[in-house]
Amino acid sequence: MSPLTRKRLGRIALNAAGIAVFLFAVFPVYWMVATAFKPNDQIFTTSFIPFPDPPSMDHVSRVFTEGVAGHSVWRYLLNSTIVAVSAVVMGAVFALLAATAVARFRFRFRTSFLILLLIVQMVPSEALLIPLFTMVKRLGLYDQLLGLIVINVGLTLPFSVWMLRTFVAAVPRELEEASWIDGANRFTTFWRVLFPLVAPGLVATSIFSFITTWNEFVFALTLIGDQGKYTMPVALQFFVGQRSTDWGGIMAASTLMTIPVLIFFLLVQRRMVSGLVAGAVKG
Amino acid sequence: MAHSSTAVRGGGDSSAPARRHTPGQRPRRRGMPAWLVPYALLLPGLAVIAALLLYPLYQMVEMSFHEVGLRQIRAINPTPAEFVGLDNYRSIFESDLFWTSLRNTVVFAVVTVALTLILGTLVGLLLNKLGTKMSTFVVVGIMAAWATPPTAQAVVWKWLFDSDAGVVNWALNLLPDWLSNLVFGRSDWSGQPWFNDTITLYLVLVVAVVWASFPFIAVSVLAGLKSIPSELYEAARMDGATGASTFRKITFPLLKPVFSVLVVLSIIWDFKVFTQLYLLAGGTVNRDAFNLSLWSYAEAFSSPPKMGLGAAIAVVLTGILLVITFVYVRNIIKTEDVR
Repeated sequence: MSPLTRKRLGRIALNAAGIAVFLFAVFPVYWMVATAFKPNDQIFTTSFIPFPDPPSMDHVSRVFTEGVAGHSVWRYLLNSTIVAVSAVVMGAVFALLAATAVARFRFRFRTSFLILLLIVQMVPSEALLIPLFTMVKRLGLYDQLLGLIVINVGLTLPFSVWMLRTFVAAVPRELEEASWIDGANRFTTFWRVLFPLVAPGLVATSIFSFITTWNEFVFALTLIGDQGKYTMPVALQFFVGQRSTDWGGIMAASTLMTIPVLIFFLLVQRRMVSGLVAGAVKG
Repeated sequence: MAHSSTAVRGGGDSSAPARRHTPGQRPRRRGMPAWLVPYALLLPGLAVIAALLLYPLYQMVEMSFHEVGLRQIRAINPTPAEFVGLDNYRSIFESDLFWTSLRNTVVFAVVTVALTLILGTLVGLLLNKLGTKMSTFVVVGIMAAWATPPTAQAVVWKWLFDSDAGVVNWALNLLPDWLSNLVFGRSDWSGQPWFNDTITLYLVLVVAVVWASFPFIAVSVLAGLKSIPSELYEAARMDGATGASTFRKITFPLLKPVFSVLVVLSIIWDFKVFTQLYLLAGGTVNRDAFNLSLWSYAEAFSSPPKMGLGAAIAVVLTGILLVITFVYVRNIIKTEDVR
């Protein structure tokens, strides 16, 4: 075999492997969407029907009108949105203040605070479930979206501060010095100089928190008993019946739940890695 | 470390040579004294962490020494919890469920972490070899798996492995009978119930979790590979190194810090897997399928609730995880600018 054909064969093998990886990754997602648009007789069959033929909107419109567990999925999507957006907004304010303190100032306990951030991220949130449940119950926040919002702020904050501090540190200090010399006070300097420059980082961090909160299952499952206040991930399991599962409905609902996450993912995909790894390795 | 008096302009780093103003020269401002500013900024975040993470952590430990049931957690007029010493821990270690759930937790974590890292690294190496277009194409594809919410992951894989209409049983039936008999000892897969048996249930769980987590490893490894200077590989090639020895002698040592972070993050994620297991196992009905998180949840939230016992299980789980991650935290503190 000549070196050239060998090289070409190698290239073909690599591309084939790439396509195999792509198919393995995408097929389950594709199958979720395809099932959502198949009529029932194409779902409950032992033969393989690669794509909906013809596509049917039955399941999608049914999850909106009839819904599940007594409510339209609009309700659950709305609850999820309320929880995620409120938690993100509250978390962003706290995270920005704390990140500024850590990235811009040297002070006592700074190192201790950073180590604390690392350690609390290691604690499994499932382990905090029981004490947080009793706390929420005692404060009368059981069955209230507010309780869920506050807990999600706590769950996402350590990582947000950890990630955001690198963005604050990246803003040149000279800009703040200049503003300071021009006679601006602390608040103006923060609001007019630092904030606009950190804003892209704040958006990326917020998207992370949004995805975490949107996907959060365990706390939503335990802290909410009222079906009208379920978030989307919790509502999903009610498509599974005692005897049979409404696969068309559950796939339609899963698709609806996945779409916002997918969009956000594509927006922040570049920061995804630097946020999790580089952020963890070298800050 | 001394309090810094260099406020918003930031300084603080007294070793900085290019420092133009000394604090005394700056015009005095009204408002908060400069040394107080960082603490004021930190206060809200710290309060949230203390109230929602540290205090519950303390409470978890405290509850594990008490018997906490319905009467202790009601909103109106709760009865104080009875101190039971180490009773909860004693009943954990005496329970058969402890060993099955510990085994499930550990075996699942070891298998899943290993498979995720191997597959993720291979895909990362592959992405590095592919052309730009093909590489982008594959990255977008694996993003789809990564972005799928855990609850959706669980239901999709449950559907793929459905006994009657699942694609997996259909595909296994496609295998030539002799091959299927040779590998699995059977040829007919119609109606194979994957979720009734703990082992096959965990098999599906492994597949689902590996599927969802290898993209992160792959993309991280790719980012690490891109940061290795190509001169090293050229030199190795000139010295006649083979592909395998290049990986062992150059790629792996240079990516070691990335790998160690990835290993620890994967261990944390896979050790406490809850959402996917809860949904695949159909809640807490199958006690053989418990891992430590699910067992803790089951004790605390089924009736009658045994919150103290659940908390004790959570303490055991957290303890194991903190020991594993201690090494990781220490490494970060060493290399990172936390000082």
